[in-house]
Amino acid sequence: MENMKLKLRIWRQGGKFPQGKFVDYELDGVNDHMSFLEMLDVLNEKLINKKEDPIAFEHDCREGICGTCSLVINGYPHGPMQQTTACQLHMRHFRDGDTITIEPWRSRAFPIVKDLVVNRDSFDRIIQAGGFISVDTGQAQDGNAIPIEKDQASHAFDAATCIGCGACVAACPNASAMLFVGAKVSHLAQVPQGKVEADSRVQRMIAQHDAEGFGRCSNITACEAECPKGISVEHIARLNRQYIASTLGSEKVAN
Amino acid sequence: MATSTAKRTGSRVGWFGKFLTSSIGQKIIMSLTGLFLITFLVVHLIGNLQLIMSNDDGYAFNSYAYFMTNNPVIKTTSILLYAFIVLHAIQGILLWSKNRKARGEQRYAVKVDRTAGGSKSSIYMGSLGMVILAFIIVHMVQFWGQMHFSESIGPFEAEGYEGAKDLYALVAATYENIGMVIFYVVAMIFIAFHLWHGFQSAFQTLGLNHKKYTPLIKAVGYVYSVLVPLGFAVIPIVMYLRHQGVL
Amino acid sequence: MPFQSNVPPGELSEKWKQYRSSMPLVAPNNKRRLEVIIVGTGLAGGAAAATFGELGYKVKVFTFHDSPRRAHSIAAQGGINAAKNYQNDGDSIYRLFYDTIKGGDYRSREANVHRLAEVSVNIIDQAVAQGVPFAREYGGLLSNRSFGGVQVSRTFYARGQTGQQLLLGAYQSLSRQISLGNVQLFNRHEMIDLVMEDGKARGIIARNLLTGETERHGAHAVVLGTGGYGNVFYLSTNAMNSNGSAAWRAVKQGAYMANPCFTQIHPTCIPVSGEYQSKLTLMSESLRNDGRVWVPKSQEDAAAIREGRKTGLDIAEQDRDYYLERRYPAFGNLVPRDVASRAAKTACDEGLGVSPTGLAVYLDFDAAIQRYGKSRAHSLNEYNADDLRIRELGVAVIEEKYGNLFEMYEKITGEDPYVMPMKIYPAVHYTMGGLWVDYNLQTNVPGLFAIGEANFSDHGANRLGASALMQGLADGYFVLPYTIGTYLSQEIRNPVVDPDGPAFRAAEAKSQERIDRLMNINGTKSAEAFHRELGKIMWEYCGMARNAEGLRKGRKMIRELRQEFWSNVYVPGRIKEYNPELEKALRVADFLELGELMMLDALDRNESCGGHFREEYQSEDGEALRRDDEYAYVSAWEWDDTEPVLHKEELIFENVELKTRSYK
Repeated sequence: MENMKLKLRIWRQGGKFPQGKFVDYELDGVNDHMSFLEMLDVLNEKLINKKEDPIAFEHDCREGICGTCSLVINGYPHGPMQQTTACQLHMRHFRDGDTITIEPWRSRAFPIVKDLVVNRDSFDRIIQAGGFISVDTGQAQDGNAIPIEKDQASHAFDAATCIGCGACVAACPNASAMLFVGAKVSHLAQVPQGKVEADSRVQRMIAQHDAEGFGRCSNITACEAECPKGISVEHIARLNRQYIASTLGSEKVAN
Repeated sequence: MATSTAKRTGSRVGWFGKFLTSSIGQKIIMSLTGLFLITFLVVHLIGNLQLIMSNDDGYAFNSYAYFMTNNPVIKTTSILLYAFIVLHAIQGILLWSKNRKARGEQRYAVKVDRTAGGSKSSIYMGSLGMVILAFIIVHMVQFWGQMHFSESIGPFEAEGYEGAKDLYALVAATYENIGMVIFYVVAMIFIAFHLWHGFQSAFQTLGLNHKKYTPLIKAVGYVYSVLVPLGFAVIPIVMYLRHQGVL
Repeated sequence: MPFQSNVPPGELSEKWKQYRSSMPLVAPNNKRRLEVIIVGTGLAGGAAAATFGELGYKVKVFTFHDSPRRAHSIAAQGGINAAKNYQNDGDSIYRLFYDTIKGGDYRSREANVHRLAEVSVNIIDQAVAQGVPFAREYGGLLSNRSFGGVQVSRTFYARGQTGQQLLLGAYQSLSRQISLGNVQLFNRHEMIDLVMEDGKARGIIARNLLTGETERHGAHAVVLGTGGYGNVFYLSTNAMNSNGSAAWRAVKQGAYMANPCFTQIHPTCIPVSGEYQSKLTLMSESLRNDGRVWVPKSQEDAAAIREGRKTGLDIAEQDRDYYLERRYPAFGNLVPRDVASRAAKTACDEGLGVSPTGLAVYLDFDAAIQRYGKSRAHSLNEYNADDLRIRELGVAVIEEKYGNLFEMYEKITGEDPYVMPMKIYPAVHYTMGGLWVDYNLQTNVPGLFAIGEANFSDHGANRLGASALMQGLADGYFVLPYTIGTYLSQEIRNPVVDPDGPAFRAAEAKSQERIDRLMNINGTKSAEAFHRELGKIMWEYCGMARNAEGLRKGRKMIRELRQEFWSNVYVPGRIKEYNPELEKALRVADFLELGELMMLDALDRNESCGGHFREEYQSEDGEALRRDDEYAYVSAWEWDDTEPVLHKEELIFENVELKTRSYK
């Protein structure tokens, strides 16, 4: 379809709308080869030409890997297509005359900056709390010194593929970030280099997760369904296991 | 600026307190109390089936009830049971309010809850739980309360059961009322939905997720969450029908 | 200003080792007092910030992103080279050095490239120690694959997300230093000017993108790891926000821009689909390991495909021209990027393009599916497998190797690449040019360093695949942490840089004035519209093929566009708020100057080499004609609003013989 007409219901917040509200826009001339963000570009260009305030939305790589884009489209974080970021969603999945509702990630730990842009510093702070292996530059031994079983390396990768977009939190009815934390804990726990500080890592990351005000996981699995990289909730189970073992099975009193 | 601002729980709480109050610890409390209640339901069901297993005017049931109320081990366990029900409920309410807060003040205008294997029940565990809690309160007042405090229950007259009450009569009288039968059957449906998610979720929370065994746990969970509530629901229906002379 | 390469004396293979052992050091107690500003948190900036933190310097790191993890290094797909010779196929440090020099068409500095090859092996070790989940063989050891322009397998990879995994490794190390308090992170902060004091780089002016406030930050040295400027073409594989502004601000303060016209056009990108297109998506070079590139032999077939009367599947084997295999039998589909891109352009110029726009060629996996299918059937003891079964098995193998890339292709185009051959076309991908730096990675401005894609140093006129990640991490982890000592050891007597001094105040006022001016134009066209126009001019006149006449015309057009921009741009919103349009306008303003310099550089270089193809200088069979006698130099440009000044650094080759690059 070369020329779709859409009704867009977009959350605006900041500037003219300090409390935030939905504003309706009509957009025609939408081509089905456009990406969703290109469709918003077209709308913004029109708004700018009318000297109106364009819609703020975050985006960068537009190839599904940087994790910047963060739109809830018709109730789905990143839109209705699974394992697809909003930037990789194309308009061919919508129909002429559709009404599309666009909202930001909604979580207390992701305060809104403007319109559809949220602040995800809380994710950085969780990684800073322990999402790393303590190795200084130059300390490494030869890369092949420790073999890692192919499947295990692959499982570690399945967790490491997280792009830190926050769709898991946006999707979770509890606004929990367990999939994000689980992915990092699980990635690093599955490589021998990361096992050394696995106990303190999981303790510190969970403490930070809780301090940031994320909700508690109740195994709904909406996170996995909306994760653009399809990261499985089995990594949350590994996180739980690690947490229990590192508390009850470790002689350390405080981490 | 994204610098580290970890708020550490004070040392006064101690490591175990810190563990139990962490997000995972809170869920572990839910999981363990839940698993205890799941086990209890089986025992409870086996006992309750005495109501209808044999058409003996309540001999089997009354003797079972006598045993349950007089055995010191069972009595201790039952205190634990009440404590766990309360703990499960309070913790559940705390989690529910915490999770609501975590979403923030502005809720989604449109939200589709798509899951990867999780059932619809998982989203409504809190609400299901609240209904079940209300049911348990009514249920306790109706039977446990009357058993302990009501003067109107007649004695169970059988050899070796001195001082026992005729609880069978109490139950049978209750289930003569079709409204009560419906109330209990509907409550069982709520419990079934709660268990549908709760059973497998308890294992996931404990970190017991395994490519080979998780499908088995889920299957057992689904069978359990249908059969056990069904077993409970059959009892009032059968008793009602017996009273009506249909059976 | 000094303009010496500062390459240490000695044998090529001993230079770095000897230099490292003899260069001045900074004592730990002094490191604590020395402040370093790093702008950019990609592979180079992130790695450098983490390493400086570990070494004990006081580090401030800046990124305009919300998180260091979003830098565009994250999008690198294929892999990272290292001369490990794990495959026992004859690789060595010298061979990686030689391949890189040759691949760069002899326009890079020998000593820098050799150092890069030397430290390449340490990068892999470091990344593995950080927990990067590289691909592995069944025995648990690291796996390799081949990339264009080489005949060994030295590319390490993590599915099609190598850049992501390496960046997350650096990001995690950086996060650790932040949590230890050694590094202070300023996210959502954009550098809008460089501050000079007494002829030295002394700090930056940054704009807090959340509040719009300007801030002054002082330091003993400033490091730019701010990436390339490929977005000057508007359409490129760079992220939307990638820009050349930090580097360009430095140029405006006197830093030289080296070889700005050397841009890499990547041969395998998804073709443009329409006017609204905002960016181009790369399909990893690793696909050329198994994909075969072709166009129809006849223009009639090509026209039929363009008009939708035929598809690629309708063209019989004998009517297909596998032009890379035909023209370059020795390297076939794995010729370097510049060669493959130009060949695609030639084919499309001859009217053989296969998309409605006429600008696409096929990348076909059918042969690979057949080959892998047969091999898998054999290993499964299915000796009598029919065609369908073989296809099924072959598709499974291809899916294991390239599944995520195929999926991405299907998402974007809506076509299934397992059935229909992929359509690809070259697109701007990387800029070999960048800030001029010496052997220490210091620009001609004392105290200002440039690392990663932001400098010009290692790739000459063409970068080989999987070498960008190598260079970024080499600079950040293993080169700059040593070489910066040569400068900082002289700075220990200046313990504090006062960000409230007059130089800082003046720079801040100047930046604010520039922003005010932009906001007050209140014209009628968006910054985006200007950017789009600039991109079209750049692609038309400074793209895959250039000529003197076009370059002169292009330069004139850019100057006109720049004038129009400063009189007719419209920037909505206010200064002191979160305002992405203002950010964009500031970047486009810089691109409008940089673009002109690129035209000028391309015009100066009367030869064809690597990514720079001047139509006037080609051999009889259309290959690039290099002119070593006159153009074996690095062009280092000093900016001037009317007539930029060219400085030349002669390239001296003592260890390799300059040959015509042949992949035939």
